[in-house]
Amino acid sequence: MVTVLQSSHSRIRQICAGYDNRPDALIEILHDVQDEAGFLAKEALVEIADALNISRADIHGVVTFYHDFRLVPLDGPDIRICRAEACQAVGAECLATHAAKTCDTKITAAYCLGNCALGPAVMMDGKLYGRVDAERFNQLLKQRGET
Amino acid sequence: MTTRPVKIYVPCDAAAGSVGADEVAHEIERIAGCGDTDVTIIRNGTRGMLWLEPLIEVETPKGRMAYGPVTPDDVEDLFEAGFLDGRAHTLAHGPTEDIPYFARQERLTFARCGLTDPLSLTDYEAHGGLAGLRKALASTPQAIVETVTESGLRGRGGAGFPTGIKWQTALAQEADQKYICANADEGDSGTFADRILMEGDPFCLLEGMVIAGLAVGATVGYIYIRSEYPLAIATMRRAIDIWQETGLLGPDIDGSGQAFDIHVRKGAGAYICGEETSMLESLEGKRGQIKVKPPIPAIEGLFGQPTIINNVLTLASVPIIMSKGAGFYKNYGQGRSLGTQAFQLGGDIACGGLVEKAFGVTMRELVEGFGGGTHSGKAIRTVQAGGPLGAYVPASEFDMEMDYEKMSEADAMLGHGGLVIFSKDVNMAAQARFAMKFCEIESCGKCTPCRIGSQRGKEILDKIIAGENIDDNLIILDDICELMEKGSLCAMGGLTPMPVRSAIRHFREDFEG
Ligand SMILES: Cc1cc2nc3c(=O)[nH]c(=O)nc-3n(C[C@H](O)[C@H](O)[C@H](O)COP(=O)(O)O)c2cc1C
Ligand code: SF4
Ligand code: FES
Repeated sequence: MVTVLQSSHSRIRQICAGYDNRPDALIEILHDVQDEAGFLAKEALVEIADALNISRADIHGVVTFYHDFRLVPLDGPDIRICRAEACQAVGAECLATHAAKTCDTKITAAYCLGNCALGPAVMMDGKLYGRVDAERFNQLLKQRGET
Repeated sequence: MTTRPVKIYVPCDAAAGSVGADEVAHEIERIAGCGDTDVTIIRNGTRGMLWLEPLIEVETPKGRMAYGPVTPDDVEDLFEAGFLDGRAHTLAHGPTEDIPYFARQERLTFARCGLTDPLSLTDYEAHGGLAGLRKALASTPQAIVETVTESGLRGRGGAGFPTGIKWQTALAQEADQKYICANADEGDSGTFADRILMEGDPFCLLEGMVIAGLAVGATVGYIYIRSEYPLAIATMRRAIDIWQETGLLGPDIDGSGQAFDIHVRKGAGAYICGEETSMLESLEGKRGQIKVKPPIPAIEGLFGQPTIINNVLTLASVPIIMSKGAGFYKNYGQGRSLGTQAFQLGGDIACGGLVEKAFGVTMRELVEGFGGGTHSGKAIRTVQAGGPLGAYVPASEFDMEMDYEKMSEADAMLGHGGLVIFSKDVNMAAQARFAMKFCEIESCGKCTPCRIGSQRGKEILDKIIAGENIDDNLIILDDICELMEKGSLCAMGGLTPMPVRSAIRHFREDFEG
């Protein structure tokens, strides 16, 4: 039996083909690639441009327009602290200051996570948390470290 | 101990999950597994009483009994106290629907939310679902549009544009392909009603979209959901699969011979993509840059074709309008603001959550009557109404009636119905600065007043906050605001001065060092 190791090259082609190589699906494709690889490598973007038959400049324009996309990997878990008004009203700024001091990884600011009645709101690797004060933040980080 | 089978409802909603609903559900399952009672756990949507989350409900002969907020540690105690029979406990609130916060609402759009299993089609139909669609299928496009026009329904996304007029425009176009786009970008701070609906009653949005398609002759729909809402995205995708399997979507809706398909598209963290022309660009896979109108999307929208863009709640209000009639719907509300509005209470609020009420309720009734004052226990100083582009309203104006016209007369804005409550600890110069900063971050960059104005505005506010030439700098700030208001291409730059100017107008003392 022959095992064919799938290169990331063909994986990206596969993702694009899943959307029939449609240019209007670019944002979905970028999400999918980033979800799998953790970030959008330059080679990946070249590959996507080729598959969708659009220019690399266009892709660059899109990737840099949207806050979600990153060209370098995260250095740790994906932690977002909501810094919008409703969370500000219940201490989001203090939480952000605390988090910056206690956490080695870079923390992303989010502008509303849709949990405005139970702020401060935090999202860790896609899971939403509410009523996060400094103490609960530490607990959540600890839990994350243990799993 | 009861011997009958018992249903326990534990919300699957993201806000409930954010304070431990999943852990509570696991704990109930674990303890119930050791007992003799046959317990079924149903993951419903939220009832919208978010401060009581996780709010669990037990079905009893006397109705659904509420307990909350429940932590995993409370579960054993609840079992011991006999909550399976609806018995008393310190966390008990009696029958859910008798809780005043809930009982005093007018639930039309959110009638099913929290009541049902969001992905059970049987539940959906048993609680009035599909009645509107079936009426629409038996009706003509023009008659559907007339019903929507007659109901007085206006866009819930912020601008309040009459929905029937928009639909009429799209219906009148001759085109090979038309589209329906549901705007689920919900970027405003203080708003979460779209999310609650998508997670708690996703079929309702689908039904509204299909009816819109039948009304204007569109056969393809897109739901543009912000990436911050992973659960809403997953729920809508599953809901679409279920409708496809049962033939409620596809080439032959419910055996009618009419076609409609729906796709979910995920946003990528750009607030501006909530604006309709920006959203269309994003749906085409491009930068979310604003486009000049005209042409309006109803004439030339997605891929150049006639496109209806409506907010999630606008579309989700259509099924009940179709099933119960325009007259039923417009019986709620006042003046030119008819029907109900999903108000959302957030920020420093004791009882935060979703309150669906007829237009005309006062801000005081919402903030004090429903909200019960601040979470922190401090005095309320201001409410920001209508999201980050909305005005800061001082406590002296809380008797303001909440409808499109009354609010605009008071130099405020209803927007998407979010109310963010701030206590006396808030510094209004800092809030004004944040408004400018937010605009700087989220500006699409197309026009100078917004792109540069927001940066200069933020810098001037920094000077004011540092106490430099306050009076002169306030004059410059006012100039910048004037320029942004008058010269911006869209409401991002055009309305950012609203929070800034209202903060200065009502709370001048915070700008005087
Ligand atoms: C900066 C900006 C952000 C917006 N964000 C949203 C949004 O998140 N959701 C929404 O439904 N409408 C939003 N709108 C309004 C839309 O442009 C559009 O008016 C609306 O989706 C139309 O639907 P409706 O008539 O049902 O309200 C936004 C507008 C602007 C200017
Ligand atoms: S006002 Fe701002 S967001 Fe709107 S078009 Fe101009 S630059 Fe873009
Ligand atoms: S403002 Fe923080 S979750 Fe909405």
